[in-house]
Amino acid sequence: MADIALTDETDLTARARTTRRAGAGDARFHFLTWLAAALVLLIFAGVITSLVIGSVPAFKAFGFGFLTTEVWSPARERFGALASIYGTLITSFLAMLVAVPVGIGVAIFLTELCPRMLRRPIGIAIELLAGIPSIIYGIWGLFVFAPWFQDHVQLPVINATQGIPVIGTLFGGAPYGIGVITASLILSIMILPFISAVTRDVFETVPAMLKEATYGLGCTTWEVMWRVVLPFARSGVVGGAMLALGRALGETMAVTFVIGNAHKIDSSLFAPGTTISATIANEFTEATSEIYTSSLISLGLILFFITFIVLACAQLMLRQLEKQAGK
Amino acid sequence: MINQTLYLRRRVANSVFIVLSIAAAIFGLVWLAFILGSLLSQGVAALSPTLFTEATPPPGSAGGLSNAILGSVLMSVLAVLVGTPIGLFAGTYLAEYGKHTRFAFVVRFVNDILLSAPSIVTGLFIYEIIVVPMGHFSGWAGAASLMVIVIPVVVRTTENMLLLVPHTLREAATALGAPMSFVIHSVTWKAAQAGIITGVLLAVARISGETAPLLFTALNNQFMSTNFNGPMASLPAVIFQYALSPYEDWHRLAWAGALLVTATVLTLSIIARLLENKQRN
Repeated sequence: MADIALTDETDLTARARTTRRAGAGDARFHFLTWLAAALVLLIFAGVITSLVIGSVPAFKAFGFGFLTTEVWSPARERFGALASIYGTLITSFLAMLVAVPVGIGVAIFLTELCPRMLRRPIGIAIELLAGIPSIIYGIWGLFVFAPWFQDHVQLPVINATQGIPVIGTLFGGAPYGIGVITASLILSIMILPFISAVTRDVFETVPAMLKEATYGLGCTTWEVMWRVVLPFARSGVVGGAMLALGRALGETMAVTFVIGNAHKIDSSLFAPGTTISATIANEFTEATSEIYTSSLISLGLILFFITFIVLACAQLMLRQLEKQAGK
Repeated sequence: MINQTLYLRRRVANSVFIVLSIAAAIFGLVWLAFILGSLLSQGVAALSPTLFTEATPPPGSAGGLSNAILGSVLMSVLAVLVGTPIGLFAGTYLAEYGKHTRFAFVVRFVNDILLSAPSIVTGLFIYEIIVVPMGHFSGWAGAASLMVIVIPVVVRTTENMLLLVPHTLREAATALGAPMSFVIHSVTWKAAQAGIITGVLLAVARISGETAPLLFTALNNQFMSTNFNGPMASLPAVIFQYALSPYEDWHRLAWAGALLVTATVLTLSIIARLLENKQRN
């Protein structure tokens, strides 16, 4: 009844009110989404700021010598990051050395050689494995891989290379099972599915026509992959590899279990070592003095800085690929 | 003559290449099968009903993982409850409002960095801003450190999935006179529903195995606790502590925990995949 009684005029003001309310709601919604986006930036800024503030005492006490000294002695309160930085770089380097060629090999197998029937199941299996948490790789490395490696690889290699000048030192020492090379190998197994999955996706962006044309000219599979597919997909493959490198550098659990947590740089790859993340994970809750905690946070800052550079490069390369694919 | 040696060389190079890539594939798959195999054999042997009913034991006595499972679930739920809306809104901003602006570009870039930044570093951040001011480790800090991991995952998938929604749908709704916010939450979000849920599931999968940031935020707790103000147990932290201990029965519990975590992650990823396929079709 009331509705019918409304004159045209009140109807219009009611409408105007509704429109205005909708407009205000619209602005509010827009602002909320903007706020959430700004929060992402705020978290990032917060991470950097808190790390910088936390590491001030350590840098004040040790200066830039913190980056270049190997001593790590909680008892004497002398800290240097060199052994951890070295461990992080060497384990990631060795892991990439194994995982990149094998990962690309798997991707080539999946896109070109694999029987069509197996392609999807193997592809899905690899993607799922890329999501398995690193602590699983860690516990497997500690209980299964390290003992096996000790008996079947380290011992024979140490015996075979003893006395040979450079190689002898590189693979010298006692067969502990755990150590730098064990950590590197487990890291490489961990990032392998990741590299394969990204590389396969990138290979699939290569236009089929391009490949068909090359095959049509009589090229072999090797020539098609090496001369056409890889050059076309280069920035994507490099970007994917750098993403994996970023993971390897910051990886904590897969490494902490098997690296041995020894703060020294040993000439042998079989010797125990440590990485930035392993040091933080092992020692943070035990750090009692302010300078100890601050030194560990400084390690975190260094790690964040290194991974930021690697990940930023990876992003830029993958963006470039996206643009290329969009054309 | 010359041609024949050339052909031969190309054929040999090709065969070598094919053999090498097949070898790479076998090498990779063998290791991964090895890992899953030992996980299954060790984990299944350690499974028992008491895992879910009893708390973590002192060395030498029987027990389960119930406090760790509960702690993990509580902190993950809280992290997802808070992180999802933030991620959803930020992803919506990128896809619907920001688009190609410089601000959106920076947010996207920073988000992708956070997505793969080392989780141990985000743990340090939460330690500095929550644990230090509170003066003690707590479940709140643990949940916050997981939330920092949830947000970038949800932002990335939300943006990707919203971009899959056809423009004609938005245009049709706008033409009917719906304001933009209404179009987004009643049309675009609805259309991208399966995809957005995918993002949340992926985020849960990601945090359910996350260990590093929990070590110095939630710490660990040997007893059953639902108190977010105190240290809280979590499956990954218990696995870490027990695996590195010298006790045989703790090792068994660590394997059982590892199997539980892997089963959870794989189940979530498979459901997420199915949903994503549904969204893309």
